[in-house]
Amino acid sequence: MSAREEILGRVRSALEGVDRTGTVPPAPRVTPVADLVGRFAERVEDYRAVVERCSEADLASRVAAALPAGARVVVPPGLGVEVPGARVDDGLSAAELDALDAVVTEAVVGIAETGTIVLDHGPGQGRRIISLVPDRHVCIVRAAQVVADVPDAIAVLDPARPLTWISGPSATSDIELNRVEGVHGPRVLHVLVVD
Amino acid sequence: MSATFVGMPAFPSAARAALADTQLRHNLAHATGTIRDKRARVVAEVEEWEDLRLAGAAVKQSALVDLDRHLVRLEETLTANGATVHWARDAAEANAIVARIARDHDADEVVKVKSMATQEIGLNEALAEEGILAWETDLAELIVQLGDDLPSHILVPAIHRNRAEIREIFLREMAGVGRPAPADLTDEPAVLAGAAREHLREKFLRAKVAVSGANFAVAETGTLVVVESEGNGRMCLTLPEVLVSVVGIEKVVPTWEGLDPLLRLLPRSSTGERMNPYTSTWSGVTPGDGPQEVHVVLLDNGRTRALADDVGRQALRCIRCSACLNVCPVYERVGGHAYGSVYPGPIGAILNPLMKGTGDPQTDSLPYASSLCGACFEVCPVRIDIPEVLVHLRAEVVDGHRGDRVPKAEAAAMAGAAWTLSDARRLAWVEKASGLAGRALTRFGRTRLPGGRAAAGRIPGPGAAAWTGARDLPAPPRESFRAWWRRTDGGRTDHTDTETGEGS
Repeated sequence: MSAREEILGRVRSALEGVDRTGTVPPAPRVTPVADLVGRFAERVEDYRAVVERCSEADLASRVAAALPAGARVVVPPGLGVEVPGARVDDGLSAAELDALDAVVTEAVVGIAETGTIVLDHGPGQGRRIISLVPDRHVCIVRAAQVVADVPDAIAVLDPARPLTWISGPSATSDIELNRVEGVHGPRVLHVLVVD
Repeated sequence: MSATFVGMPAFPSAARAALADTQLRHNLAHATGTIRDKRARVVAEVEEWEDLRLAGAAVKQSALVDLDRHLVRLEETLTANGATVHWARDAAEANAIVARIARDHDADEVVKVKSMATQEIGLNEALAEEGILAWETDLAELIVQLGDDLPSHILVPAIHRNRAEIREIFLREMAGVGRPAPADLTDEPAVLAGAAREHLREKFLRAKVAVSGANFAVAETGTLVVVESEGNGRMCLTLPEVLVSVVGIEKVVPTWEGLDPLLRLLPRSSTGERMNPYTSTWSGVTPGDGPQEVHVVLLDNGRTRALADDVGRQALRCIRCSACLNVCPVYERVGGHAYGSVYPGPIGAILNPLMKGTGDPQTDSLPYASSLCGACFEVCPVRIDIPEVLVHLRAEVVDGHRGDRVPKAEAAAMAGAAWTLSDARRLAWVEKASGLAGRALTRFGRTRLPGGRAAAGRIPGPGAAAWTGARDLPAPPRESFRAWWRRTDGGRTDHTDTETGEGS
């Protein structure tokens, strides 16, 4: 008998006589807050990310200011803001990306309650690797993309796409169970919230 | 089934050794205290935490009671998304599948995301036998691997190490397996994390094959989810050409929406954060982005045995947050190694016997590694009633010894009690004898309980010595209730209490 048949057979015999009609109660929803975008910015900042709010008109200059002078920068195809001197990702290798200093991307959703930014790696966000290997991630989130809590995000996200949920810079709690920032992912997360 | 650490004694002996290690107890008390406070703060922030727990438990339970259907669905959706699905009855079968995939790509090394399932099956050791090196990339796993140590916590396998010990391990061991630690390494956590970053980066950049587990596997959409903090997970899930994920069959979540309560419950319960730094989800292969060859190994390895246990089934709801370890008064004092398994603490005390079956002394000792205080149930985000399962498993262990030629002292004592209690005359005789013992102890005994009541100290003899070694046995009352009733006609003729000698 194949492993598949045997495991499924074991599952069926383990569940013999078990009532399969379980109901799942709806998960509770968070109490709405008046200033959703403010809550989002504050919660992202709690993770020791850099958070700035700006207008669409100021975005290009804010992005430039978020990048250190002389930084080698990669951007995904379709980024909605001009980053002078940046290299547009055309399938850069991991080693090539490792030689760069920063990446600028957009996002698809911001979650206010948890201070989380979600990328679905569509246009303006790029391949998963480009927002991972460079040490500084400048991420643009639009106020209209901010939702209240995790269930609202799940409802609008497409599971067929690869998703990366980001809550602050790379961190670890592995030494004496205290959070310290900066392991393998970008050690600086700079978020620009566009109102 | 999950292997017991080689040469592991039963819990009481292992615990005795651990308790004597003062450095270990200091490290554990500090770490568990820190995380308990953090968890309590972020849980208090959620107004309807109890309802969230109910929802999380129901999602996992609904997956378990219909598991065959969801597994078949998961296989369909994964395959449709371009992944290759394998099934593994046990550890050996799973290890062989991973080794074969690595060999097919001429890989002599793999990078690994922290995964309980691959620890459970001893994947690193099995790959080493095939000449394939497995690099752990989670910081705590790296500390354990470099230190040639055993994991002692589900979330933080190196919880038993403090920063000074970690610094020493890095300085001593990193050079032998790759980029050395900088000579001026300090024991600042951020500096230690930086050293791990430098050390592992070359391994990430050159790896062709990665191995992961999964926190959740969504049947409806064929999506795997990995929850992590450091970005080592993202590195492994994104950079290599080939990704193999070993996923326990209990990781199934029926629907995409079902992820909601779980993704809210897990980070607050495990690291005490509103959300962990990184969560990655992928549904098979995405052309042009990430691994272009994706394998999923669905692992049984004793899970169907646990599933068949009507009381124990709930343990398969576990999402490996380790909140139960951090609050457990037993775990906090003895640490994880004493449990002899990659699953330590309260959840390990039930998962190991459920998955392996009772019958060997080490496994059989685990359901007793608890004071049944109930703190584990209180913090469990998916409401696993661990004390209920512990008691159920204790009964199973006792039942397993019913036919013994030489009964255990406890069984002999129970048989004696049954014999005594089943006959009024025998009971009266024993009550009289115990009354005499009570008088003698009150008069001559040297041990006193708080409040002044006399007690017996250590009593010799099989069973009794073990029992009274850590407990004082209160002196029995001088007169039994039945004797008092007879003497006083139910208290109508004499109001003197012979126990205290005072009128009431």
